[in-house]
Amino acid sequence: MSGTDTPKRSMRTPLGRVRNLGAAHSGTSDFWRQRITGVAMTLLMIPGLVIIMMLLGRNQVYAAQTLSSIPVAVILLLFIFASAWHMKIGMQVVIEDYVHNEKLKLTAVMLNNFFSIAVALASTYAILKLSSGV
Amino acid sequence: MQVYRWTLTMALSIVHRATGIALYVGTLLLVWWLVAAASGPAAYAHVQAFAGSIIGRLIVFGYTWALMHHMLSGIRHFIWDLGYGFKANEREALTWGALIGGIALTVLVWIIAYAIGGGR
Repeated sequence: MSGTDTPKRSMRTPLGRVRNLGAAHSGTSDFWRQRITGVAMTLLMIPGLVIIMMLLGRNQVYAAQTLSSIPVAVILLLFIFASAWHMKIGMQVVIEDYVHNEKLKLTAVMLNNFFSIAVALASTYAILKLSSGV
Repeated sequence: MQVYRWTLTMALSIVHRATGIALYVGTLLLVWWLVAAASGPAAYAHVQAFAGSIIGRLIVFGYTWALMHHMLSGIRHFIWDLGYGFKANEREALTWGALIGGIALTVLVWIIAYAIGGGR
């Protein structure tokens, strides 16, 4: 590893160059965030399921009323934020593992970002709209 | 890819990814549901009609399982990340736990759902 890609006139040690970078060349922040968001969603799972159970078989008026209450809206917003981030990282890992063509990989990673952000924003907008009662 | 012998932990690693991808695509249904709730009664009725249909129920049931399995399988990975559960019998127990627990939780959630909300 150190032989082929070490610049000849570098004072930096091999360890210094790779420290905090990891296989994705961007460090371990995604790994850590994947765990934070996963734990967050696990903790939010029971309140989240209770909210969905409350709405089963109910009409839109009841659903809109329930979804606009502050604790329900906050729980769902937290869940949406955590899941969008979690799924963005997870899908990127899958893409990086299986797509080896560089351009295709970059395109896929970009589309993954677009999709995850669109899902997060559309859901957030819907909840804020319900909460503001417009 | 060539594998000399498939193990349960290997198969479940693939299932963890597969359920993750299914959950990823399935967020579209959650977005549809929330946007419809914010749009009005007509849009919401469409979601309810779909979710109540046979195909809709199958998808939501499958989605419930994917979510429960991915969560338990994720907790298993988290335990491994913390450095525990690497002995052969512990690995197997965690993996079987995620597999059986995921199915059991899915059935439990649906029993509760039908008991409290299905009749409305």
